Amino acid sequence: MTEKILINARIIDPSQKMDTIGSVIIDKNGKIKLIGKDVKKSDASSSAEIIDIKNNILIPGIVDMKAFVGEPGYEYKENFRTLSHAALAGGVTSIVTMPNTKPLIDNVSMVDFIIRRGRDKASVNLFPSATLTRDIEGKQMTEFGLLSAKGIIAFTDVIKAVQNTKTMSKIMDYASDIGVLIMQHTEDYELSKNGCINEGEISTRLGLDGISYIAEKIIIERDLSLLNEFPCRYHINQISSKESLEVIKRNKENGLKFSVGVSINNLSLNENDIGDFKTFLKVSPPLRLEDDRLALVEGIKSGLIDVIVSDHTPEDEEGKRLPFAQAATGAIGIETLLPLALEMYHNETLSLDKIIQALTINPANILRINKGTLKKGSNADMCIFDLDAPWVIKADNLKSKSKNTAVEDRKVQGKVLMTFLNGELVFKSQ
Amino acid sequence: MAVNKNTLAIKDQPKHLLGIQNLSIHEAKSILEESKTFIELNRSASKKLEVLRGKTQINLFFEPSTRTQSSFDLAGKRLGADVMTMNVANSALKKGETLMDTAMTLNAMHPDIIVIRHQDSGAPNLLSQKVNCTVINAGDGRREHPTQALLDALTIINRKGKIEGLKIAICGDILHSRVARSNIYLMNMLGAEVNVIAPKTLMPKSIERLGVKSFTNMKKGLDGCDIVMMLRLQNERMQGSFLPSKREYYEFYGLTPEKLKFANKEALIMHPGPMNRGVEIDTKLADDINVSLVKEQVELGVAVRMACLKMYCKK
Repeated sequence: MTEKILINARIIDPSQKMDTIGSVIIDKNGKIKLIGKDVKKSDASSSAEIIDIKNNILIPGIVDMKAFVGEPGYEYKENFRTLSHAALAGGVTSIVTMPNTKPLIDNVSMVDFIIRRGRDKASVNLFPSATLTRDIEGKQMTEFGLLSAKGIIAFTDVIKAVQNTKTMSKIMDYASDIGVLIMQHTEDYELSKNGCINEGEISTRLGLDGISYIAEKIIIERDLSLLNEFPCRYHINQISSKESLEVIKRNKENGLKFSVGVSINNLSLNENDIGDFKTFLKVSPPLRLEDDRLALVEGIKSGLIDVIVSDHTPEDEEGKRLPFAQAATGAIGIETLLPLALEMYHNETLSLDKIIQALTINPANILRINKGTLKKGSNADMCIFDLDAPWVIKADNLKSKSKNTAVEDRKVQGKVLMTFLNGELVFKSQ
Repeated sequence: MAVNKNTLAIKDQPKHLLGIQNLSIHEAKSILEESKTFIELNRSASKKLEVLRGKTQINLFFEPSTRTQSSFDLAGKRLGADVMTMNVANSALKKGETLMDTAMTLNAMHPDIIVIRHQDSGAPNLLSQKVNCTVINAGDGRREHPTQALLDALTIINRKGKIEGLKIAICGDILHSRVARSNIYLMNMLGAEVNVIAPKTLMPKSIERLGVKSFTNMKKGLDGCDIVMMLRLQNERMQGSFLPSKREYYEFYGLTPEKLKFANKEALIMHPGPMNRGVEIDTKLADDINVSLVKEQVELGVAVRMACLKMYCKK
């Protein structure tokens, strides 16, 4: 690989508090050699390839803490190759993959498989997670130590919270000693049973079982109480309501250490968008009121929410063309994560810096990986985008194998132009 | 001149009756007007018309039903349609065939009308997107049961002469009731004032946003009401965590002659059936022809369904 110099870039790297017009030099090993406004062409070797960024924005490659890849077991929904293509087209270079595959990733042999398979087929950085409990049953914790040693980055039951308080307390106690990261889907199973959308006027009108915000709040309250006793690395996957934020605020103010994520779905949609039974908007946690959405945006601004995830959940058409209650839950989103996040900049609710932070360095710090930054010496994973370019989201143009986008026909501003992985240009928009 | 294909396509689209929510006040009123013309016919010796001769009507019932199903069956036959009833509760769908597959299969047989009853809210809407015939909702989940509300309205009009200005109480398991929802929309639309009465656990969230007043106390809720609609309380709700016991429910929400006194002197009772005597309604009261409209509801149900079939079937 030859050296590269990217010139005339507006570099935004919150990990270095950098927002400047400048250049980036990538060395022969695909690492950042120099970065900043003072970097000159003459700093690069004479043979270096020059790429003009034309004042577009250059950020660290996005780190998505929650995406589902269909392998193994659901290859018809998504595979490593299609997920990689979708990710890179969306400027995402690092992905935490979910373990609710078939079979589940809850033992060491599955980890070997997934890592080997990912290495062969994927063209992004993959960080597999394993289940928190065997068979996602919430009863027996998985082998945190052995699985971590094999390369598991975090533990999560993805779609379920551990319901039994005693089990959860043991998990946190044990995890606090080994230092593994727990990512909890905070939803009380009994309270949310059969529920498919937010409990409120819309669920009453559509005649669907609702999921109250209490289902989420009660697990957060419980877990944070436990966390006080058993301080471990604890992350709330996705919150959806303003009531949850109040609990989080109180606990963060009391000095409790934990991190919080939110799905781009809950930031860019509300329950009214479900309209006349649009099953593509059936997501978990459910879309809630506009008030909740606004509170979540505010939560990112105030730092109560650390991370924005795509919650990329590919589902085939069969699974969605069913009566709402029976339809599959989830929406794809890895490719549309950045443009939807940029909406909050364009409508002046969030600064660019906050958005980029929640997509890059914050998740990297929580995961304790050397990603989401363009500091000298780090891998040159980068996303370059045109902040203002308008386009219309069309499922057919998205690269995921499944086309269940929740934002079909949405007009967005902000288009990924190029994505670099380890200094290599791996995506270029047409 | 070139034919505008788009306009043609729109004209070709069948009309569906999916819920009261989708109706305009004009449509609702014309269905009721049309229904009136069938009341006498149904009471006469010769009940058969030829309005839907040559048309095929399929009753697709995913949930067991006695009165709605037989009512639609009769209505179609009296209009001269060929009526086929499929009880899907124990057929292909049990074998894993989806609603969509069934829809496509039936569609291939060129029906003109499909009447559907399904346990999932929104199923008729989904069906209507996939077939090119008229879809009539005969009850979906807990969302809507439009023909029930229309027959209730017709029954009230028949007795009271109008709906506008009346005060109507709907009492019982509002949470799980499609009848309640459709009636709330229709009675509001026709100018009535609607009270809903239920224990808190059986009251849907934000129900007031549908334009009703909600009460947990029957005395307050029935005050000044001209019509008292009782809803069926399904037995399985008793075993869940909704209510402490049948006895306690009857004590506070069962309609008895004493509780009926809270309503207007001339108040009439309605029930969509089937009734749980001694659970939501006193058995003598249910049979009292001076106050109970239950039999009339069933009778006028056929007339309303005839009107709907006639008006919605593609010519």
